Amino acid sequence: MTGCLNDLQALQLRRLLEGGLPLAARPYQRLAEQIGSVEERVLEQIQRWQEEGLFRRVGLVLKHRALGFRANAMLVMDIPDAQVDEVGRRLGQAAGVNLCYQRPRRLPHWPYNLFCMVHGREREQVCQLIGRLLADNGLSDVPHQLLFSTRAFKQCGGRFAPPLVETANG
Amino acid sequence: MHIDALSRRLIDRYQHGMPLCAEPYRAMAEELGCSEDEVLACLGQLQEGGGLSRIGPVFEHSRAGASTLVALAVPEARLEQVAARINGFPEVNHNYLREHRYNLWFVLTGPDRPHIDRLLAEIEADTGLTPLDLPMLHAFRIDLGFPLGDPS
Repeated sequence: MTGCLNDLQALQLRRLLEGGLPLAARPYQRLAEQIGSVEERVLEQIQRWQEEGLFRRVGLVLKHRALGFRANAMLVMDIPDAQVDEVGRRLGQAAGVNLCYQRPRRLPHWPYNLFCMVHGREREQVCQLIGRLLADNGLSDVPHQLLFSTRAFKQCGGRFAPPLVETANG
Repeated sequence: MHIDALSRRLIDRYQHGMPLCAEPYRAMAEELGCSEDEVLACLGQLQEGGGLSRIGPVFEHSRAGASTLVALAVPEARLEQVAARINGFPEVNHNYLREHRYNLWFVLTGPDRPHIDRLLAEIEADTGLTPLDLPMLHAFRIDLGFPLGDPS
């Protein structure tokens, strides 16, 4: 196979992708130029990563607050361990729930193990949706809290790739 | 910000996936029945207006490296200083103020878990606040999309 990027180029490409594609007619060609490669190899590498499951999705990544989704609540619940899978699966499919994760409790400071993110345009609408969500799933009496976000200090993508030490292509 | 009809269609159609090809913006234009220049201009405006963070892959945490959700209980008077300090870490994304005693919530990402552990220790030493470290154990839903719908 001559079509592969070398390790350094692959790492550089990952870092570039974490920053987003350029808004240009041939964005992958631009990226290829920056890592000393060619468009075709960059596309092949991205295709391979896609098949390997490195990406959750590839598309437009939005900032919900600027788009009018200003009411953003994190619902946290203390669900008995034996039930958390079943409750998580149900809430994960419910309309209006964008994210649903199980996380560890940190007793005594933090007793909650199931997290749902609910976004909406108005706070009242989000509160009603969550009230119904809890009632419909028999969870109204489960210990829970609603943490609305009131300010975004930072909203950007993750930086997973390790830092580059020295780059051969400057 | 104002969202025009083309922005709305681009967002609804391409937030979950987009064509992976040499000329993705041309492919989008063809699918939506407009010109490539219109697509590029529209995405540029969305980016300038702050509604579009970036275009491209969202990495799968468990495959791409390590991540965790962190909470700090920051005294009101120190909030600006601590939030700015946290923002200064390139490994921090999504740093929000929330209504709770644990009021500052952010995500830490890095190449591996030891990297995250070092950051947590650094944050504690730096701020004197003990972080809650809440890594994801199981994802029941991870699809963060926003239906803009039809305004009419």
